[in-house]
Amino acid sequence: MGEMTTGGAGTTIQVLEGSETGFATTRFNDLLNWARKYSLFQYPFITACCAMEFMAMASPRFDMARFGAEAPRFSPRQSDLLWVVGTISQRQAPALKRIYEQMADPKYVFAFGTCASCGGFYDNYTTLAGIDKVVPVDVYVPGCPPRPEAVIDGLLLLQDKIARGDRTPAIVKPRRDPTVQAGNLVRLGKKSTAT
Amino acid sequence: MSKRVLEILKSKFGADIYETHSQFGDDTAVVNPEKWREIARFLRDDSQCAMNMFVDLTAVDYLGRQTPRFEVVLHLRSLERGHRIRLKARIGDDDANGVEIDSVVPVWKGANWFERECFDMFGVNFKGHPDLRRILMYPEFVGYPLRKDYPADKTQPLVELRNVPDKLPPFGIDEGMPFGRQTHDYPRGEETN
Repeated sequence: MGEMTTGGAGTTIQVLEGSETGFATTRFNDLLNWARKYSLFQYPFITACCAMEFMAMASPRFDMARFGAEAPRFSPRQSDLLWVVGTISQRQAPALKRIYEQMADPKYVFAFGTCASCGGFYDNYTTLAGIDKVVPVDVYVPGCPPRPEAVIDGLLLLQDKIARGDRTPAIVKPRRDPTVQAGNLVRLGKKSTAT
Repeated sequence: MSKRVLEILKSKFGADIYETHSQFGDDTAVVNPEKWREIARFLRDDSQCAMNMFVDLTAVDYLGRQTPRFEVVLHLRSLERGHRIRLKARIGDDDANGVEIDSVVPVWKGANWFERECFDMFGVNFKGHPDLRRILMYPEFVGYPLRKDYPADKTQPLVELRNVPDKLPPFGIDEGMPFGRQTHDYPRGEETN
């Protein structure tokens, strides 16, 4: 182990030598992805009741900061991760698209909750049926609202995707599959259309 | 409660009050739409009625159930006398011609945005409104979404939508929750969009 002395107060810095401690090699892209994965600057685009769950996520009980996704930036130009939290109306869609376009590459989009993922139970004139109709989505987290655990799962999934350099959409599996659940629901009184 | 207000209205306007009822303590008068603003002004200024608080204004579409098709509903309250009244006026035919009524903004300023919303959602034209524009929907929107002949799931996107063919389960091809559609009244496939 070498030793390096600087002047002035006489501080000493220990210098590790490669021959004694070994070294690691990696590819540049992997190193870059590793760095990106733990420095997600986020832009919260929060529109509806999922915001409550997002606040729980960001606050100390669930503590998103553990995963390097701490600092919110309220300018899309300074952020990497767009959180779309809540229902997006047709009227808001151009604003969302514009914000996405303003973000610098590489940029990731997180669909938080059922409404952002597919429009949820809003099936009408006013609501956009999922933000992926406007911007590409990296991770979908269904739930109304999703549990913070599910969101953390989604965040880890996103970090995993970033580390692998994978941009295909991914989903946090719900504990119960709603398509199976729907079949079990009591059928609502359907009005006969045939005379 | 305010049955007395109904009596005053009937004695003052006579045949212009088409019908009244007081179900569950809600006093309602169906009035002549031609006299809408005149009756509103009377209700505000008359010392027996003194309806100084505008509560709500909306409309109902009774397409295929009643002919004048739209019913404009106005809720009023008197803070001085502690009573309320509901006024209704029926307008418009089945093809939505003549869906117009006098604005009550000159009587209560608070009616301004309510009438804009009513115009936005039902296409009721308020004559004498100072600024009758859409308030919730965007200006490019065509039609009136809460009319019964507007297809329930018809959307009018402002931006070009991406095609997302292979959406991951549990999201199906049919976005949203299709089992919610079972209660829709019109047969699938015949809507006009």
